[in-house]
Amino acid sequence: MSLKAFHLIFVTLLTSLSFGCAAWAFQAGSAVWGATAIGTGILVIIYGIYFLKKLKKVSFL
Amino acid sequence: MEIPYTVKNRPDTGIYNAKLGVWLFLASEVMLFGGLFSAYVLLRVGAQPGHWPHGWLDVRFGTVNTILLALSAITTLLAWAACKVREFGKFKFFHGCTILLALTFLGIKSYEYHDKWIHYEIQLKDGTFADGHLEEQDDKQVVLHGRIVKDEKDLYDLRAQKDIQLGEVKIDRANIVKMQNYGPWHNTFTAIYFTLTGLHALHILGGTLVIFYLWGPGSKMYKTDPERFTNRIEVSGLFWHFVDLVWIFLFPVLYLT
Repeated sequence: MSLKAFHLIFVTLLTSLSFGCAAWAFQAGSAVWGATAIGTGILVIIYGIYFLKKLKKVSFL
Repeated sequence: MEIPYTVKNRPDTGIYNAKLGVWLFLASEVMLFGGLFSAYVLLRVGAQPGHWPHGWLDVRFGTVNTILLALSAITTLLAWAACKVREFGKFKFFHGCTILLALTFLGIKSYEYHDKWIHYEIQLKDGTFADGHLEEQDDKQVVLHGRIVKDEKDLYDLRAQKDIQLGEVKIDRANIVKMQNYGPWHNTFTAIYFTLTGLHALHILGGTLVIFYLWGPGSKMYKTDPERFTNRIEVSGLFWHFVDLVWIFLFPVLYLT
């Protein structure tokens, strides 16, 4: 597995963490933290798509 | 003698040797951290009701450190991509950023450790407990910035207590039964917290040293054998991503639960 593939796993887990943190924050009663975490999650997804396009020619192996 | 398969892929494994080596190493690391995470789970489910701490760690510091490590994963990848397209200047910049981000992470972690080190729980002769950060002490008295509680259980779930009033607490040494800071010896939570985060911080430190070497003196190889150097950057990046992944699990487990 190349760094590209591993980075993709990392980005996926980071997205999950962001949305998980948002759920935690809303449950803890902090709407600001929750909204920030959702925003971060969306940013990470956008970055993931950009990253995949950018390294299209690099192998996953 | 030339070391084989530092650049070309080995026919039987399909990858170059260093990559195979680092994946074998990371497999052993998974077992190491997996064992410690299992220990955490068992300690937590085995804790007496109401005796597992909540809200002892500052979520803000944990969040900042998570962002720092996420950014460092991106800069590591960009450094590798820069090497791939032979842009040495960009490689230097991105890996320099990785080093700075890692050092900032370690700085914040050190501050958090220091905060726990000067945080004391003091059992008093009247059965109450004083808890707070040590401000000063001498032979006769101890001064904390904190509070006094009737039951030790009141110190466990800080998240459930919304308005905790803190102030200066002066205690005569003659009234002290037991005085202990929030080091690894304090309870099972602090023990597993320091073990997990300490081991992780050592990995960050080790990774930073390797990345610093590749950024500084080790970067000479770029001029003589750029492809092999790029592979070294990839291998160090794989390790760095693993360390970042461990933090992605550590952060919610320790800071949010």
